[in-house]
Amino acid sequence: MSIQSWEPAAPTTTLDRPPAQERRSVVRPSRVKQFEPIVLGTLSVVIALTAWQLVANAGIYSILFLPGPWAVAQAFVKLFETSDIWLDIGTSGAELGIGYGMAIVIGLVIGLLMGWYTRFQYTLDPFVNFFYSTPRIVLIPLFIIWFGIDMPSKIAVIFLGALFPIIINTMAGVRNTEAALLRVARSFGASDALIFRRVVLPGSVPFILTGFRLGIGHALTGVVVAELIAARHGVGQLIAIAGQTFQTPKMLAGVLLIAGTGMLLTTILQRIENRFQAWRPQIR
Amino acid sequence: MYDRSSKLAAKGVLIEYWLHRSKTLFTAVKGVDLTVRPGEFLAIVGPSGCGKTTFLNAVDGLIPISEGSLTLDGREITKPGPDRAMVFQQPGLLPWRTVLGNVTFGVEAQGTMTKREATERATQQIELVGLKGFEDAYPLELSGGMQQRVNLARALLTDPEMLLLDEPFAALDAQTREMMQLELLKIWSQTRKTALFITHDIKEAIYLSDRVIVFTRRPGRVKNVLEIKLSRPRDLRVKRDPQFLTYEDEIWESIQEELAVPAERLIAGMPAA
Repeated sequence: MSIQSWEPAAPTTTLDRPPAQERRSVVRPSRVKQFEPIVLGTLSVVIALTAWQLVANAGIYSILFLPGPWAVAQAFVKLFETSDIWLDIGTSGAELGIGYGMAIVIGLVIGLLMGWYTRFQYTLDPFVNFFYSTPRIVLIPLFIIWFGIDMPSKIAVIFLGALFPIIINTMAGVRNTEAALLRVARSFGASDALIFRRVVLPGSVPFILTGFRLGIGHALTGVVVAELIAARHGVGQLIAIAGQTFQTPKMLAGVLLIAGTGMLLTTILQRIENRFQAWRPQIR
Repeated sequence: MYDRSSKLAAKGVLIEYWLHRSKTLFTAVKGVDLTVRPGEFLAIVGPSGCGKTTFLNAVDGLIPISEGSLTLDGREITKPGPDRAMVFQQPGLLPWRTVLGNVTFGVEAQGTMTKREATERATQQIELVGLKGFEDAYPLELSGGMQQRVNLARALLTDPEMLLLDEPFAALDAQTREMMQLELLKIWSQTRKTALFITHDIKEAIYLSDRVIVFTRRPGRVKNVLEIKLSRPRDLRVKRDPQFLTYEDEIWESIQEELAVPAERLIAGMPAA
């Protein structure tokens, strides 16, 4: 018996091994790749801010025309040195909370009803189409006549602004229920109520949350625009006054406040959306 | 009169429905006469579009029949009921529910079991269809074959008198399909449910069934009935048995006649089918 006959078959040349390049794909993503989104995102923001600061520092434009990010940051901190800001934030926040909250509840109910009952949809369609295709902020002057310049007129604008994207998306969610799922449910003798609760409603959740997210954008637009036109307190009013009195850094600090709120709310909703999508396999 | 030798009886069944787009009356099946014996595995084959799936949907109670009678244990079928359960061609699983949640959906819809009982028995059913260990997986994480196992387990959990299967393996690849046929027979031999199986796959029909019914082209009706006298239990090798091949030839010829309209019938001006 020769030695070779019982020697385990081993690759004799390096060519037998798969090239290193191919192997890499099965290894878990490296740390660098993992932090890529954060690193690149932060980097781009830092570069943009630096460029902005440099242009501002160059002294070509006055601070009234173009304040640098540092000046805006200082103005932002200064905003919180007086208690007035809390009145503004409180007013805008209450308007947003009440208007958007009402839009969620009523929009959800109307959207579900319109999606589920065809006749209900036919009945309400003209109104929904009319308001959805009209920028609701054009109604601000009317609301000021009806409700005055304080919170009620703002709430009305925010409510109408957020309501229709929520209605339309919720309705679409119900309508998009897969026919195959309905057939299965019917085949097992499911009642309409059960089909609605266990099949239609869970299937509509992604659409509904998209509606909520679009609604936030419209609601924030409503707050700011309504307050720009006429108000006594509120962040939009703060921006308007700062602008009219050439306190540009303060104005931009107000803008920052609005943008931050929008981003925060959108992120929260995005998180909720992700939670409801646990069943979707990861793409990456 | 109710005949005890038949579980399901169809007499002169006509199914027509309106096609809304073309505003025409569509006749899917016409004059279907057949019986399914208790505990029997019966397959219906036929050219595509012959109305066999439509007929099965009527048996399930999803669509009404226009004429004739369709009875299960002597009772007229008018709507879906817990005495029948369908295994669909498309699995139709709720993507946001796990395997366990999908298997219990059938009994949940019927309202025939408490939640605890359903969960307990679903676990056994999942084991029976070979999905043990996948209870918490979501449908989109499963292969097509595994999804169909869930589909089957969902129907079995309702413990129906009769199992209706609508081309359940048509969308699977050839190997998976054969494995699923083998498993279906194994499960069927354990439960001995009366089964009505729709397929366009002749081999599949012979392999699984006690009898195979061939439908004519649309509007479909029973063209001929074949007793499959192959001993059980059957393994996949039976598909190469000479007797098996004879059945296959016979059915294939029967279907082929329906695929092409004979020239003399066209000349004589006879209506198609």
